[in-house]
Amino acid sequence: MSISLPNRAVLQGLIVYAGFVLIFLFFAVMLWDRGFLSAQNLTNIVLQTAPATVLAVGLVFVLAAGEIDLSFGAAVALSAIVAAMVMRVTVWPVGVAAGLATGMAVGFVNGAIVAYVRLPSFLVTLATMGVVAGIARELSNLQSIPVTADTFIGIFGGGKLLGIPSLVIWTVLALLIGHLVFRETRYGAHILATGDNPRAALVSGIRVARLRLSVLVVSGACAGLAGLLYAGRLQAARYTLGESDLMTVIAAVIVGGTALSGGRGTIPGALVGSLMMGMLSNGLILMGLSVSWQMIIKGLIVLAAVAVSLRDPNR
Amino acid sequence: MAPYPEGHAMTPVLQLKNIRKSFGGVTAIQDFSLDIHAGEVVALVGDNGAGKSTLIKMISGVYTPTSGDMLLDGQPADFPDASVARERGIEVVYQDLALADQQTVYMNLFLGREPVKGPLRLLDRKRMIAETDTLVKELDVRIPSASATIRDLSGGQRQGVAIARATHWAKKIILLDEPTAALGVAETARVEATIETLKARNLAIFIISHSLDQVFRLSDRICVLRRGQQIGIRETSQTDKNEIVSMITGVSK
Repeated sequence: MSISLPNRAVLQGLIVYAGFVLIFLFFAVMLWDRGFLSAQNLTNIVLQTAPATVLAVGLVFVLAAGEIDLSFGAAVALSAIVAAMVMRVTVWPVGVAAGLATGMAVGFVNGAIVAYVRLPSFLVTLATMGVVAGIARELSNLQSIPVTADTFIGIFGGGKLLGIPSLVIWTVLALLIGHLVFRETRYGAHILATGDNPRAALVSGIRVARLRLSVLVVSGACAGLAGLLYAGRLQAARYTLGESDLMTVIAAVIVGGTALSGGRGTIPGALVGSLMMGMLSNGLILMGLSVSWQMIIKGLIVLAAVAVSLRDPNR
Repeated sequence: MAPYPEGHAMTPVLQLKNIRKSFGGVTAIQDFSLDIHAGEVVALVGDNGAGKSTLIKMISGVYTPTSGDMLLDGQPADFPDASVARERGIEVVYQDLALADQQTVYMNLFLGREPVKGPLRLLDRKRMIAETDTLVKELDVRIPSASATIRDLSGGQRQGVAIARATHWAKKIILLDEPTAALGVAETARVEATIETLKARNLAIFIISHSLDQVFRLSDRICVLRRGQQIGIRETSQTDKNEIVSMITGVSK
């Protein structure tokens, strides 16, 4: 205690940056002749990870509060499908509102059950994941629903503002607002306190139940936005959207330095974790590995990263 | 002789009058009466299950008495929940301390009552750190810094943080539930020294302790509970351990 070594949590928070640099250097060397470092490829990585990064922002709120959300992938698909269906019958802004509202509604149902029926979020969101995915399939009839509103596609998909892709603008916006709220407001402080020691939060006058509800609504809102970004980029909505994001986003957030057990979280870390996961997919594809091997290697790297960043030496 | 300045016709900070609490058919506390004055330390002693925690929980607003009156500064005190009791100036140092271990000392001191600044209502960390530094210095709680993380502190330092938090917010009275049960000799001495400085701040202090040595070192009066019954109140300077022990156990000396 008298020696001023940096806090263990601080050191662990830095690991994601080291991992990011290592993986980047590895691919830069291995794939120097296959265009990994080209501006186009690097831009691609950023664009492809945009929805996952938005989801990661929401998940930091949830994990830091000591809860978990397994349903956000399904909520992405349902939000995109609802938005696309609404846009077919009316103007696009209504579709956007419907998409966001869908994501938030899923989050609200999750949160209400967790906070007021007092069931563990793991089980609640595991169940709603199935329900929501089923509704997405039923609504869309397993078909892809095209999105044709040009303005919508410009704003949420391929458009640019002052040369910056709109996907990047949305992602940066989500990151900045998320970081500000999480780090600099009482709400953020109360999330951390609740995830850390719910009893302490309660006797300090923090409304723990309401807070638990709110973080799941935040996650649902992020799922809604991610669904709109997918629909804009792909110009279609499909029940498979967001399916593969579940593991990737959870891994990105944890590797980034957010505690699965609550009480600790970082949004910059989640961004780097998300970019790292995107870079990993991209590099493994460029190396010509089959999907099976990509899955195996990604899984192992996540395991290694989590082991290094989360292992408690006192346990 | 009174333990508070003679001739000072002060209203007691806290008055408990004929307090009774029952849970269903079980009476946890029956007919308990006590006045606590500013600048006074009253110790509550009794065996396990005597009702000490129940009494603390009624004063802090967690439980409502079944019957009887509670007065704070002479005003009726009916607390619908603990946050109202806190607003009225009653703070509790819980046995488990109620600290968020992965957060900083200053965030714990302001937990649930963080100051904000500007139109965006952002956390005023500068103010929290400054006030923490001042308080820690005044109470002589020795911690590395206001920005240290709780889990990096020793048991005594954590206890110091919990007491500092209560002191910062308490306007009237601090309830301490076994403040040194988990501490070593040196750390206990430090925490006792901290409690002494609270007296000087003119707070009323109500302390539960199993250590009679500690009770005799710290308190002005001792109140004994046995199986929910108030056995008696003694001036600490007018009694001895034998009397208190026989009051606690019910075995005459």
